[in-house]
Amino acid sequence: MTAAPGTDWRPALAPAVVRRHDPVRDADLLLLPERVGVLTGSAAAVVGLCDGTRGVDDIVDDLAERFPGAPVATDVPPFLERLRKEGWLR
Amino acid sequence: MTSATPSPARPWALLAELTHACPLHCGYCSNPLELTRRSRELTTEQWTDVMRQAGELGVVHTHLSGGEPLLRRDLERIVTAAEAAGIYTQLVTSGVGLDQARLDALASAGLRSVQLSVQHADPRASDRIGGHRSFAEKERAAQLVRAAGLPLGLNVVLHRENLDAVDDLIELGISWGADRIELANVQFYGWGLLNRAALLPTRAQIAGARDAVERWRDRLATGPELVWVVPDYFDGVAKPCMGGWGAVSLTVTPDGTVLPCPAAAALPDLDPPNIRDHPLHWIWDHSKAFTRYRGTDWMADPCRSCSRRDEDFGGCRCQAYALTGDAGRTDPACRLSPEHGVIRALADEGADATAPVRRRVPGRSEGAAARV
Ligand code: SF4
Ligand code: SF4
Repeated sequence: MTAAPGTDWRPALAPAVVRRHDPVRDADLLLLPERVGVLTGSAAAVVGLCDGTRGVDDIVDDLAERFPGAPVATDVPPFLERLRKEGWLR
Repeated sequence: MTSATPSPARPWALLAELTHACPLHCGYCSNPLELTRRSRELTTEQWTDVMRQAGELGVVHTHLSGGEPLLRRDLERIVTAAEAAGIYTQLVTSGVGLDQARLDALASAGLRSVQLSVQHADPRASDRIGGHRSFAEKERAAQLVRAAGLPLGLNVVLHRENLDAVDDLIELGISWGADRIELANVQFYGWGLLNRAALLPTRAQIAGARDAVERWRDRLATGPELVWVVPDYFDGVAKPCMGGWGAVSLTVTPDGTVLPCPAAAALPDLDPPNIRDHPLHWIWDHSKAFTRYRGTDWMADPCRSCSRRDEDFGGCRCQAYALTGDAGRTDPACRLSPEHGVIRALADEGADATAPVRRRVPGRSEGAAARV
């Protein structure tokens, strides 16, 4: 089976991105020069799986197990794609 | 103790002006006319403490700027302190003095990114505008930063002398491997205001440069990010001052003065607090300098009743003061300002090609500035 377009990559944080917890705002952040991304809701869990070893499908499977009933298969691949476009993932 | 005012949102960013000393002498420098002497600068320990306090306050980004921050020999230790406070560091430099050894030391201290200024794409014009032979060093600095794998931003202040070279500047940024090219139209406070007659472009120049940026944006699907900082004199629209007064960012100047923006030192009624006297959280939450124009309560008409007041915050306080004598008025850049005619007239007039550029001379104030 061929992977659907946009799922045949292994998401990882882009080289200059720093991920950290912000105790002041109690939020998980992604940092780049001039930019802050606040990971809200389940975004932190999704990004946590982006370590370059898992493909998009693996990430979806993993999350589907952890969050049964959530629309993981439809929402996660475009979310990852958007983070890639914005320069957070590669 | 009771207090009716809830504490304001925490700041995200700190502009750390480590020194006013600089080998360049740009005619639009954003440092104040009254430059701080090196002997009045904060010590390493004081900057270390500023970083610690800033991190605790919620700051996650710092621009290590100046002047030329590389002239601080303890820059590495300041970077270490920022890193220890969880703050993402960006060096804002002219490139002069950034050799391999220095970059290695900074990178191992935790430096995350570099923003390099360039004055023109043509080496001789760049050196002339900066008042110092520095283009070759900038080019080398860019190579070193790329080789170290750090993100590279290029910053260009645009004015009459380089607005026609925007295409070349973007090409230069691409060939130097920049991730981000910031094309910032000159702002007229401090030195820029002093040299406005020489710096002010024509409407045609602005239009041409804007078109060039649009063309490149269409072509560059994956290339560097292009940032166009609007020329508020020409757009009839006030710029959102720092994302709101005392809302997202703060500036600490070389002598420890803490301000909502680097230009605010020129405002008369702020009673600027100093980090030597007060903790940063008190300054952010309670000092007059930060509360004076925070939010929208201070506004008068037309801003008070305007639907855009939460988007542009009434524009720039420093510009309102510079052009109307009252920092609480609507920024004259806004076409709804009763004083907008002042800006219109200036923009229509354009630059005076014969006006001399008055340049900063280290350690001296405006009165002694050299005429070049
Ligand atoms: S008042 Fe606002 S826009 Fe004006 S110089 Fe200060 S921060 Fe910048
Ligand atoms: S009147 Fe004030 S709030 Fe309205 S657009 Fe102009 S500067 Fe902004």
